[in-house]
Amino acid sequence: MEKNTYDAIVIGSGISGGLAAKELTEKGLKTILLERGRNVEHIKDYVNANKAPWELPHRGGKTQQMMADHPVLKRDYTLNESNLEFWVDERESPYVEVKPFDWFRGYQVGGRSLMWGRQSYRWSDYDFEANAKDGVAVDWPIRYKDLAPWYSYVEKFAGISGNRDGLPQLPDGDFMPPMEMNCVEKDVAARIKKNFKNRHMVIGRTANITVAHNNRTNCQYRNKCWLGCPFGAYYSTQAASLPAAVATGNLTLRPFSIVTKILYDKDTKRAKGVEVLDAETNQTYEYFAKIVFLNASTLNSAWVLMNSATDVWPEGLGSSSGELGHNLMDHHFRAGAHGEMPGYEDKYVYGRRANGIYVPRFRNLFGDKRDYIRGFGYQGGAGREGWSREIAEMSIGGELKDALSEPGNWTMGLGAFGETLPYHDNRAFLDKTKKDKWGLTVLALDASIRDNEQKMRIDMMQDAQEMLEKAGLKNVKTYNNGYAMGGGIHEMGTARMGRDPKTSVLNAHNQVWDAPNVYVTDGACMTSSACQNPSLTYMALTARAVDHAVSELKKQNV
Amino acid sequence: MNRRDALTRVALIMGGTLIGGDYFLSSCSSPSEEKEKKATTAAKKEKPFLSQDQVAYLNEVGETILPTTKTPGAKAADVGSFMAVMVKDCYKPEDQQIFLQGLTKLEQASQQKNGKGFLASTPEQRTALLTALDAEQKQYSKTKTLEAPNHYFRMLKELTLLGYFTSEVGSTKALRYLPVPGKYDGCVPYKKGDRAWATT
Repeated sequence: MEKNTYDAIVIGSGISGGLAAKELTEKGLKTILLERGRNVEHIKDYVNANKAPWELPHRGGKTQQMMADHPVLKRDYTLNESNLEFWVDERESPYVEVKPFDWFRGYQVGGRSLMWGRQSYRWSDYDFEANAKDGVAVDWPIRYKDLAPWYSYVEKFAGISGNRDGLPQLPDGDFMPPMEMNCVEKDVAARIKKNFKNRHMVIGRTANITVAHNNRTNCQYRNKCWLGCPFGAYYSTQAASLPAAVATGNLTLRPFSIVTKILYDKDTKRAKGVEVLDAETNQTYEYFAKIVFLNASTLNSAWVLMNSATDVWPEGLGSSSGELGHNLMDHHFRAGAHGEMPGYEDKYVYGRRANGIYVPRFRNLFGDKRDYIRGFGYQGGAGREGWSREIAEMSIGGELKDALSEPGNWTMGLGAFGETLPYHDNRAFLDKTKKDKWGLTVLALDASIRDNEQKMRIDMMQDAQEMLEKAGLKNVKTYNNGYAMGGGIHEMGTARMGRDPKTSVLNAHNQVWDAPNVYVTDGACMTSSACQNPSLTYMALTARAVDHAVSELKKQNV
Repeated sequence: MNRRDALTRVALIMGGTLIGGDYFLSSCSSPSEEKEKKATTAAKKEKPFLSQDQVAYLNEVGETILPTTKTPGAKAADVGSFMAVMVKDCYKPEDQQIFLQGLTKLEQASQQKNGKGFLASTPEQRTALLTALDAEQKQYSKTKTLEAPNHYFRMLKELTLLGYFTSEVGSTKALRYLPVPGKYDGCVPYKKGDRAWATT
C-alpha cells in the first residue's frame, strides 16, 4: 500500500488533467497522473507531423476500412488518415446512443489537447449570471471576478495570442501578440463595425504562441496542429503542462490506467484513493492519496462518479442531488453563411494561419431581445479558392490546369457556435446491459437540442448572411447542415457546480459536495455552456481548484 | 481558418462533394453496416485492384485531363497509381463497379466517336472525346439526386485533379509548396500568373 500512496491523484491527462498535475506537482505534492490510454511522446509520436501531403496514400482522406472501424468518428472531419491514431478505438469502447450523440474521444496521454481547436476565450458575467437572470437550471456559484485572476494565470502559462478588443462580453486577457487578419478580413471587420452597433469581428484568440515561450518555438504557420506540433507551438499536455510537471520530480505518469472507481471511506466521508484496471494486463490496482482530481473528460468523469461509492449512494458519488449525469450540454453548430468577395485580385497571403476570425456574441445583449435566450458567436475566415474550385466555363485540358494552378476568388464564411441550455433530461446514464472490451459498463447518452436552440439556428444563418452582405460579399448563401449533440466536441455538464448540495454535484471550488477531497474540473463541472469555446475556462477552474485544494490540505480541511 | 473548415474545404471539389470521401454531411447519410462489411471484405482481396495496363491507361486519361503545359502533366504525377489506390480503398463497392465499368464505357465512346480505342487516338481526338464526356457528366451531375449513381467520368476527373494537385509534382511544380512558412502575412501582392499555394 505504501508504494501506491501519493499526495494527489489526477484522473485523465487531457487539457485540464495535465494542468492539474502541473499545478499539484509545482506545489510540492507527489502526484500520480492516471491515463486510460497509451503514452504519446512529444514530437517523437507525432508520426505524420512532418509528412508532405503526397506521403499520405489517400492524401488525408477516409478509406472504407477506416469508416467501418470508426462508425462515430466518420460523421465529421474528425476521421482523417493523418491523425487516426489520436482517436479512440470505437470497437473497444462502445457507448449507447438513445438519441444521436457524436462522442469524439481521444484516449491517450494528452487526450484531446493534442487535436483541440485551440480557440481560447474568457467568459464574462453575462455568462456567469445568465442562469440566475433567466431562471434556468441553477446559478453559477462563481462570478467573473472569481475566475479573472486564474484566466490570467493560465493564459500566461499556455500562451494565448489575441488582440485586446475591449468588448465586455469577451473580456480581454493576458495575450501574446495577435495573429493578423488578411486584407479581406480587415475590410469586412471595418464594414461590420460601420454597419452594426454591437457586432464586432476580431482576430481569433488562439493557444498558438506567437513568440517563443517556455522552451517552445513560436507558431511556424503550417496549420497542421491536429497532427501534433513538433515545435510545441500550440498548447497541449505534451508541449506544456507535462514537461513542467515532470521537471518538478514529483510526477508519476501511468498510462493504460482505467480508473474504475473512486474509493470512498464512509467513516471520514472522504475519498481515499482510486481503483485502476490496467488496460493492458487487466490487473486491478489501488492507489491512495489525500486529494483526487477527476479530469477524465466530461462524460467519463460522470462515468467514474456513477461507479463510485455505490454502497452509500446506488447512483454513485455525487448523485445525492439527483443531478449527476444530467444537464448535458454542447455547442450546436454547422449553421452560418458564406459568400464571395469581389476584387482583391492583386492580394494574396503568405503562410497558413492556424487561426481564424471571431465574432463574439451580440444577440440578447445590450438591449437586444430575441424569441430565444442566450446567443452564439461566429468563427470563420476569408481566403482565396484553391485548385479544388469549380471553373464552370472550363472543361479539361491545359487551360484548366493552368487556371487551377493560380488562386481563385476570395471567399469568406461565418460558422456559428451556439449556446445550449442545460436541460435536466439531457443526460448520461449507465447501460448495464452493454460492456466494453474490459467488461466495464458503458454509458448511454440521451440528449437533444430543443426549441430555444432551433430558433437560435435561424439567426445563426440569417445574421451571418446579413453581415456578409453588408460587408460587400456577393452570392451569399446560408447553410444549416444539421446537428446532433456532441458534434461540437464541447461536451459540458453532468456534474454541475452550484450553491446548494441539493441541486448540484460540485461546490464553488469544484469539490464534490459528498466528498470534499474530490475535485472535478473538466467540462463536467459546467453549470451553463455560454457560446465561447470552453477549454480555457476548464484550465482557469483547474488552477483555481488546485490552489484551493492545497490550501485546504494545509489547513487539514480535506 | 479553424479546425472545421480546414478539412471540409479539402472535401469539396469541382463544386461538389468528393466521391467516396464521405467527408461532408455524412452524419445524415451514413452507409449501412452491411455495405461497410462488404467494403471490408473487398479490401482484403490479394489481387491488385487494377492491372499495370489499366494504370498506364488511366495515366493517359489523366494526362488528357491535365496535360503537360509549362508545368508537368498528370502522367508525371502517376495519377493512374493514385486512382487505383483511391478506388480500391475509399470507394464503396457500387462506386468501384461504376469506375471499372466506366473504363469500358470510355473505350466504347472512343470507338464510337473516333473509330479507334483511346490509346490509339491522337491527342486531339482524346481531348475531343474527354471534353464531350465532361459535358455529359456535368449535365448528369447537375440533375442527379443524392442517391443516384455517380458518373464515371466525374470520378476520373475528380481523381485526376485530386491526385495531381496533391502529388509532389503538382504541389511543387504547378503550385508552390512551403512546408514551413515560418510567418504569416495576410496581405501580400499578387500578380496574374503567380502560382497558388499547394496547401491552405
